[in-house]
Amino acid sequence: MDRRENIKVLLAGTVATGFLISSGCAPDDIKKSESIIAAGLYGRTPKEIEVDSKLMADTFFSDHEKKIVSLISEIIIPKDDVSIGATEAGVTDFIEFMVKDYPKFQLPIRGGLMWLENLSWATFDNSFVVITPEQRIILVDKIAWPDTAEEDMLYGVKFFNLMRNLVCTGFFTSKEGIKDIGYVGNRPNQWDGVPAEVLKKHGLSYDEKTLKECLKIEDQHKIVQWGEKGNIIG
Amino acid sequence: MQKGKVELYTDAMVREVLTDEKGMATGVLYIDKKDMKEYKIGAKVVVLAASACETARIMLNSKSKLHPNGLSNSSGVLGRYLHDSTGTDRMGFMPELVDRTRYNEDGVGGLHVYSPWWLDNKKLNFPRGYHIEYWGGMGMPSYGFGFGMDTMRKYITDEVGNPSPNGGYGPALKNDIRRMYGSMIGMSGRGESIPQYDNYCDIDPETVDKFGIPVLRFHYNWTKHEVNQAKHMHETFEEILTGMGAVLLGKKPDETTQNGLAAPGRIIHEVGTSRMGDDPKTSVLNKYAQAHECKNLFVTDAGSFVSQADKNPTWTILALSWRTSEYIIDQLKKQNI
Ligand SMILES: Cc1cc2nc3c(=O)[nH]c(=O)nc-3n(C[C@H](O)[C@H](O)[C@H](O)COP(=O)(O)OP(=O)(O)OC[C@H]3O[C@@H](n4cnc5c(N)ncnc54)[C@H](O)[C@@H]3O)c2cc1C
Repeated sequence: MDRRENIKVLLAGTVATGFLISSGCAPDDIKKSESIIAAGLYGRTPKEIEVDSKLMADTFFSDHEKKIVSLISEIIIPKDDVSIGATEAGVTDFIEFMVKDYPKFQLPIRGGLMWLENLSWATFDNSFVVITPEQRIILVDKIAWPDTAEEDMLYGVKFFNLMRNLVCTGFFTSKEGIKDIGYVGNRPNQWDGVPAEVLKKHGLSYDEKTLKECLKIEDQHKIVQWGEKGNIIG
Repeated sequence: MQKGKVELYTDAMVREVLTDEKGMATGVLYIDKKDMKEYKIGAKVVVLAASACETARIMLNSKSKLHPNGLSNSSGVLGRYLHDSTGTDRMGFMPELVDRTRYNEDGVGGLHVYSPWWLDNKKLNFPRGYHIEYWGGMGMPSYGFGFGMDTMRKYITDEVGNPSPNGGYGPALKNDIRRMYGSMIGMSGRGESIPQYDNYCDIDPETVDKFGIPVLRFHYNWTKHEVNQAKHMHETFEEILTGMGAVLLGKKPDETTQNGLAAPGRIIHEVGTSRMGDDPKTSVLNKYAQAHECKNLFVTDAGSFVSQADKNPTWTILALSWRTSEYIIDQLKKQNI
């Protein structure tokens, strides 16, 4: 197969994009594959594309609900010295997507938002969206600490646990969140074991025998040579 | 390599293998998933590789005068001896791994670490053995990352040893998630089960799929051997995790859940449904995975397995397929099929 044909086959199939990009494509091919990915056509059957487009076209949260979700998200994961906050990282849209993709979230989240609104009206005679940031924290403190919360706040605790899960996962799986957490993998053919200084911190080290037997990082792109009988010869 | 030698039919759902008056395979009948119509393809040799259960289904559904119980099934063992690996898991939190130095750790866990079976099972209350797969590390955050801080956050302590409160919000929560990254360690035991005649799949007499093809029913119970093995796995997990200084998460399961043994089928290593053997009375295929009663029919999935060690099946499927392929070429050359 020549390279062009190769790429056509890859695009038709469901091979990971990392492979495509790392296998030395021409810029044109990369652009073409990126446009296919961006259009959501990559690795999807016609039926899946239909389901995805319908889901994306739907709206679950009202504008008012969306505002509360954003406010809660930013309280859970605010901007700090290291990174941006949840709303800027797109967590509100992520939660909108999740409730559509996993309908079992719809009732507890809609109900929980309403419950919080009721608490806000009962306590401060106004909506959660209108009360001051300090007042919001007074309410959130009633439901954010599962081990010490009052018994009549348990509905809110359960709701806030779910929101905390979704906000944290939404943030740390975003581009900014992954940068924040310091994930450094996703580098095909570049794994070289645990760095010596890290092992040392735990009182450990690789032994010479193992190191000798292991693939050297500089050899990781070499392709093995196979002999007539299927043996490795170099 | 030569091009243009293979014709591939996609979206083709095979319903049955067709046979002639001598009981030999003549091709397959399939439903085209796009137009939902029936088609036939003629063949000199038919190779089934639809995965263990689906191959048994196709063969059981291929009934004819000479194969009244399904194809090559006068022994009645087609669909029987279905078995899966045993499996159960445990997880721990490693305080020593809080605040880790970041580096590429994609290669840890199952990719590079694995404990093969190491004990003499003669002294144990179950036959055969199991291996342990490990997980953990600073992997790419995916959906679920950061969940559970309502119960897990207490494991993070400050400089003077005070635990964080469970739950919460704000910069302190954000920072605790960073600190916890890569500090969980898990173990999965995967073991060998004993194939049983009474564990089987057969054709459901009253249900079809959307192509109108009768579906399978499953009948499968673990024996005390597998249940005892799961108990042993959990004792081992606790010993290793505790020995490493991990805080055990969750509880050790007990008899009420068969010691946490995963339900049959959960480990997705289903094998054995068209077992090979020398005796046509107790097996469906011969040692080359050629059907005893239909010489031009072969099976190259895990249906042919008589047992599966504690290992995952794919490489054995590949090795046996290779062997069968060579045998088919040999037999065609000799004009035996
Ligand atoms: C999530 C998951 C993780 C696993 N992890 C591992 C692992 O780490 N290591 C390991 O060794 N094993 C693993 N296994 C098991 C392993 O994937 C299977 O045992 C193996 O893929 C089976 O290979 P096969 O060729 O028999 O069947 P399959 O790979 O299932 O291929 C069967 C093919 O036949 C097609 N087919 C089925 N029915 C019909 C029909 N009626 N007509 C036409 N075509 C049909 C299917 O579409 C499919 O393409 C895992 C399995 C799963 C599900």
